Amino acid sequence: MSAFLATEVNVAQNVGFYIIAALMVYGALRVVSTRNVVHAALWLVVVLGGVAAQYILAAAEFVAVSQVMVYIGAVMVLFLFGIMLTRATIGAESDLNNRGWGIGIPVAALLLAVMVWAIIDEFGSSIIDEPAQPMPTTALSDVFLREGLVPFLALSFVLLAAAIGAIVLARKD
Amino acid sequence: MIVQLAVEVPYWGQSLLRVLGGLVAVLLPAGTIVYLFLFKMMSFMQSRLGPMEAGPFGSMQLFAEVGKWLQKEDIVPENADARIYKIAPIIVLVSTFLLVVVIPFGPDAWFTNFSAGVFYALAIGSVSVIGILVAGWSSANKYSLLGGLRAAGQLIAYELPMVLAVVGVVIQAGSMNLQDIVMAQNTGEIFGWSGIGFPFVLTQFVGFLIFMIAVQAELTQAPFDMPIAESELVSGYMTEYSGFRFLMFFIGEFATAGVFALIASVLFLGGWGIPFSWFGWETIDQVDNWMNIVGPLIMFTKMMVLTGIIMWVRFSYPRFREDQLQRFAWKVLIPLSLANIAVTAIVKVVV
Repeated sequence: MSAFLATEVNVAQNVGFYIIAALMVYGALRVVSTRNVVHAALWLVVVLGGVAAQYILAAAEFVAVSQVMVYIGAVMVLFLFGIMLTRATIGAESDLNNRGWGIGIPVAALLLAVMVWAIIDEFGSSIIDEPAQPMPTTALSDVFLREGLVPFLALSFVLLAAAIGAIVLARKD
Repeated sequence: MIVQLAVEVPYWGQSLLRVLGGLVAVLLPAGTIVYLFLFKMMSFMQSRLGPMEAGPFGSMQLFAEVGKWLQKEDIVPENADARIYKIAPIIVLVSTFLLVVVIPFGPDAWFTNFSAGVFYALAIGSVSVIGILVAGWSSANKYSLLGGLRAAGQLIAYELPMVLAVVGVVIQAGSMNLQDIVMAQNTGEIFGWSGIGFPFVLTQFVGFLIFMIAVQAELTQAPFDMPIAESELVSGYMTEYSGFRFLMFFIGEFATAGVFALIASVLFLGGWGIPFSWFGWETIDQVDNWMNIVGPLIMFTKMMVLTGIIMWVRFSYPRFREDQLQRFAWKVLIPLSLANIAVTAIVKVVV
């Protein structure tokens, strides 16, 4: 609780955080409630853009730019591309929900609880320095090419395996 | 940007100046490119005069065109998804304005000095694809949808060589900050001779070529104009747009050409700088204040040369077929840029 009662927090930054957070929550609700697949994808763009904005507020500009590059520039474009190649009807559709949608709610709630617990447990009382100094890109790369080298390589390997797997599954000849 | 002026400018004044500077940095190149290259150079290459009536040599033609587009009715097709149809051109134009924010025009003439500047420029450059895709979809027109899909397929394919071509420059400069990249080129020496600094186009010529080809494809200029192909798709994703919203796409296209040329000149041609040894400067703090005026002019000159090349290629070559276009990106440009990165990294470690 100490994080919420701290006196030395930056008020402007917190106001910004809650405005963006409200927009993101509204966008996330629209993703699951809208009646058109393309609209859902576009609301998802709003949510992911909000995540990038939150990273900027937390002085993590490299992560913010990566967020825009990977999620908005690549993942969402592929999403939209795939939707438009298969079913791109304009207007409301009625058969968007599948039967198991109710299970999503407890899973999402559980995920939220775990993440809130993990983040408050780890960073609950830490406050960003004033004025916020973004981590230089070189310092960041030093961290994940020294201490974080093994997980970094492991992640790269998983991604490579997934890419090869996708090619193997998609190629018929 | 304003720190060096004698008068103290308040925060709101600085913000206002930045917005005005951004408008100038986007609209001035766009207007110049359209008049000089699209109206005049293309006409001369085709043995005609181009616009001659409005103003001396038709130089006021641009204002007449803008006036014409602003008067036209803003039509939304009956079956279109009206709200998204209206937002799409705004996404494209805003991504252009966001792109210009990281480009340095002088020692203090920058909008923001972002430590991951190159990365930011490449990331924002890929946002406009969403605008193009939804423009094609929301028009409720099968030609528009086809154009949007072709555009997305092409932009995804050419995004990658562009990013990989820039990595070579980043390795050589040892920084992702555009200001540091300009510094590295203008303080550099070629075997001890510092007469022209060390523009990266000399060592990264392959990267420069790949970057310019990828820019040509990102801008959907011929020979990469499959997505707008007037003769088969009647302008692709822009078919249904008219009036003000068509104007936004049009400005976005040529402004983005200018902005990408600015980025290329920063990455490969030394940016706003002149070789620092000419005036005995060693660090960025020693650079004289007049460079804040001369720097933007140098940038503008380099941008005009590069956009001239882009437009020249556009007017000269016929259109690629879809399979040729994809094969060229995935089988030629990407392996070549990966090899370029490997060689650059090895040389960087050895030297």
